[in-house]
Amino acid sequence: MKEGHFFDRSRNVKRLLMGFYIFLVLLIVVDLFFPKHPVVPWERYPFFYGAYGFVAYVSIVLASNYILRKLLKRKEDYYD
Amino acid sequence: MINSLPPAAILIIGAFLVPFLKGRLKSAYLLLLPVIAFINVVSVPEGIHWTAGFLGYDLIFGRVDRLSRAFGYMFTIISFIGTLYALHLKNEDGQHVAAFLAAGGALGAIFAGDLVSLFVFLEIMTIASTYLIWARRTEASYGAGLRYLLVHLFGGLCLLVGIIIRVHQTDSIEFGVIGLNGLASYLILIGFGINCAFPVLHAWLPDAYPEATITGTVFLGAFTTKVAVYALARAFPGTEVLIWVGAAMTVFPIFYAAIENDLRRVLSYSIINQVGFMVAGIGIGTPLALNGAVAHAFNNILFKALLFMSMGAVMHQTGKSKATDLGGLYKTMPLTTLFCIIGAVSISGFPFFNGFVSKSMIMAAATHQGMGILWLVLLFASAGVLHHAGIKIPYHAFFSHDSGIRTKEPPLNMILAMGIAAFLCISIGLLPGPLYNILPHPVDYQPYTGAHVLDQFQLLSFAVLAFCLLILSGLHPVEMRVILLDVDWFYRKGAKVFYRLADRLLGVKGDASLPDVVGTDREVIRGSEDRKVPS
Repeated sequence: MKEGHFFDRSRNVKRLLMGFYIFLVLLIVVDLFFPKHPVVPWERYPFFYGAYGFVAYVSIVLASNYILRKLLKRKEDYYD
Repeated sequence: MINSLPPAAILIIGAFLVPFLKGRLKSAYLLLLPVIAFINVVSVPEGIHWTAGFLGYDLIFGRVDRLSRAFGYMFTIISFIGTLYALHLKNEDGQHVAAFLAAGGALGAIFAGDLVSLFVFLEIMTIASTYLIWARRTEASYGAGLRYLLVHLFGGLCLLVGIIIRVHQTDSIEFGVIGLNGLASYLILIGFGINCAFPVLHAWLPDAYPEATITGTVFLGAFTTKVAVYALARAFPGTEVLIWVGAAMTVFPIFYAAIENDLRRVLSYSIINQVGFMVAGIGIGTPLALNGAVAHAFNNILFKALLFMSMGAVMHQTGKSKATDLGGLYKTMPLTTLFCIIGAVSISGFPFFNGFVSKSMIMAAATHQGMGILWLVLLFASAGVLHHAGIKIPYHAFFSHDSGIRTKEPPLNMILAMGIAAFLCISIGLLPGPLYNILPHPVDYQPYTGAHVLDQFQLLSFAVLAFCLLILSGLHPVEMRVILLDVDWFYRKGAKVFYRLADRLLGVKGDASLPDVVGTDREVIRGSEDRKVPS
């Protein structure tokens, strides 16, 4: 990996991830103290949005790959 | 003088001059035409313009109000951006003409005040769009274009029959609020629904758009579905079934997009998902929801064009569009990477980008009406958008594993077109006021509250965390060189069965494969593949 591009250096990737994790912690901390006016009942739970985003993402990836793909995948020349 | 013709006529008549011009004059003319149409849309006062008598009825080519004008802005702006993106095409007059005809058809449809001219302009759009698919001149594009044409002719037929019955019942050809109230309205809704890619009626879209030319897809992605959104907003606002049709549209494509290998096909599924938000908004039907639907159509045209343009730039430079073939292009296409990321962040709805200021209006409208389940579905779909359009597209094209491809940035006109779209995505995100000012109803909505920004960052950031953890743990499935079955299976396989039956019963000459019926055309297509594939 001598090309010297940004993501070729694992140090850069680690730094980027560390900055991202710090941002996530900040989002949780601010969420605990930020005054909110929930309209939908689920919004009352602290950290609802983060948890929902995480679970939705994982379920989309896993369901599409391990269920939908198994059912619907065909060879690229299927219609030829 | 600029207002002596409707905007549609400027583009449709203007298109036929294109083949007679050459060099810089042609380039200048191509760019000038959408600018003139834009000035026309801006300057025509509200009211009824350009009418003509037809069999005792009045055809209205210019019903200008806040709804039609908002779409007029969108279509003329994207025509300019799309034309700039295609400006390097030197021997492809047909594509320039078809693009203007498609844009003219779209403008004609949204300014039509009667159902007859609406129908005619939709058909012009269909034919021009078919050309933009066929102009790729591959066997796949030939088949996809033919299926596109047949599906849309069927949709047009439903619409036409619906219009005839309605005119017979009401003795009026006015194109206004219709609502669901009998056979005519159902047929008209199906006609619009095919253009809109309603679930089950949607397969033409991911079938055809990825097979169109690189520059043609930018126009296709902007017009057909958004004209249908306009037609629904005009004829079926507050129709409850649209809420759940829209909700289904937001959800099912995200699972397809997640495992689709062709990145332009991923974006095609993504169109259905985004249009779903608009359809749901129209179904809710409150002023806030309708404003949200129109605002999201406007923003969607920009960020979706930006994403299609960035994938088109990759395809133009590498000849590839599949995730399994790409990766690491940020090293040699940094500007295109940046533009793609701006489009990805915008469509994902990150605060300070344009998707955030419009999608949130529809979500807010759902909560104001006490539709908690709908709100949860749309929130789930928002995480799905982040997955396929926000992460998958830029990640697999520009980062991921290094494919070893070393190329360079696309031509300057492509970069400028992407730059303008990216600029608009950011500027509307930061200053949504001008967009809110052109919406059909007065806007009383503030997207930038602390709680809203925080919630949205939380939703999207923890979804990104899920991506990071799946990748780092090795649990994230890899892309595969496969195709996925969709509803088009029924007519693609069904046509072959039908042909076999016809062969057996009627003795039609030929073997049992449908494409050989048009063998002569296949030879033409094959022959043209030897030429340089135009972009």
